[in-house]
Amino acid sequence: MIGALDLAFDAVLAILLAGLAWRALASPALFTGIVLFIVFGLLMAVAWLRLGAPDVALAEAAIGAGLTGVLFLRALDRIGRDPAGGEEKPAEPENGRQP
Amino acid sequence: MAANPEAAGPTRPEPAPGPAARAGLAVACLALAAGLGRVVLDLPADAAGLAPVVSGRLAESGVDNPVTAVLLNFRGYDTLLETGVLLLALIAVWSLTPAGCWGGVPGPPARRGEPPGGPDPVLRGFVRWLAPVAVLVAVYLLAVGTHQPGGAFQAGTVLAAAAVLLLLAGMARPPATASLWPRLVAVAGFLAFVAAALAGMPGGREFLEYPLGLAGTLIELVETVLTLAIGATLALLVAGVPEPPAAKPPPTGPIKTELPR
Repeated sequence: MIGALDLAFDAVLAILLAGLAWRALASPALFTGIVLFIVFGLLMAVAWLRLGAPDVALAEAAIGAGLTGVLFLRALDRIGRDPAGGEEKPAEPENGRQP
Repeated sequence: MAANPEAAGPTRPEPAPGPAARAGLAVACLALAAGLGRVVLDLPADAAGLAPVVSGRLAESGVDNPVTAVLLNFRGYDTLLETGVLLLALIAVWSLTPAGCWGGVPGPPARRGEPPGGPDPVLRGFVRWLAPVAVLVAVYLLAVGTHQPGGAFQAGTVLAAAAVLLLLAGMARPPATASLWPRLVAVAGFLAFVAAALAGMPGGREFLEYPLGLAGTLIELVETVLTLAIGATLALLVAGVPEPPAAKPPPTGPIKTELPR
């Protein structure tokens, strides 16, 4: 019974990871993409834990999700203020088609 | 210096790929995915990898955590280069400093002038509690790294996170990029690692080959300095570069009106 539960957990985790990765890349709004990337990093850390790699999980949560996310947010802030960088554009309908 | 309108204008959107191109891309992606899947399925089911080799010689590494042994002893070269890459990233970010701004306090001038009080009392209260805990966690991660999961990178990141929170809450100011000590701390990790790598060489050892009895001490020393250096480097990366005070308003006004689209 434990085995089935573990398998179900792993399956949900894998599907969530793939879905988050896709949404993070396809999301038309950059801010949404960054938030999804951070969530992806945290779930990826859980996946590393499930694979028995706590060292990698720690690094992923701290560096992958935490600091890279902050750096992305900083960069987005910078793009938004830079007169030459252009404002963030509203959603492009082309990408919004996916269910 | 006014940006010229052509550079400032929106870039022309690329035309979307046609159905044939999309189909071609899909086929190429599927072929790649199938190939990768095949390779994974072809892997031997119970490959022991290098784990037995590592655990067999763990006693010589000076630490009890196999991951730390690999990262700082058996494959120390990779970690040494990683710390160099981190330093290069900081240099790359700093090299984007606008002309005439080098040496100032990082960040936009509006925030630079903000009173150290900061705008958000909830964040300030939270950070006041969290920052000391973060420092404690960083020290714990560093200390535990020699025999359990943890180590310099994780500890350094937690330190950096505490520093970033302090910056966000307006409870600390980033140091001016011209000041010496942040640069010294950022470089110290790489230098300490190189020094440890060279330490065995007078005794006829290879680069990065630690003297047997000293390996544990050397690794702990390197990890301690690395923690501070990584924390400082990451926090400085987030703090960014000084930004010009007056360059912002002039370009936005006239150029926007020149480009009515």
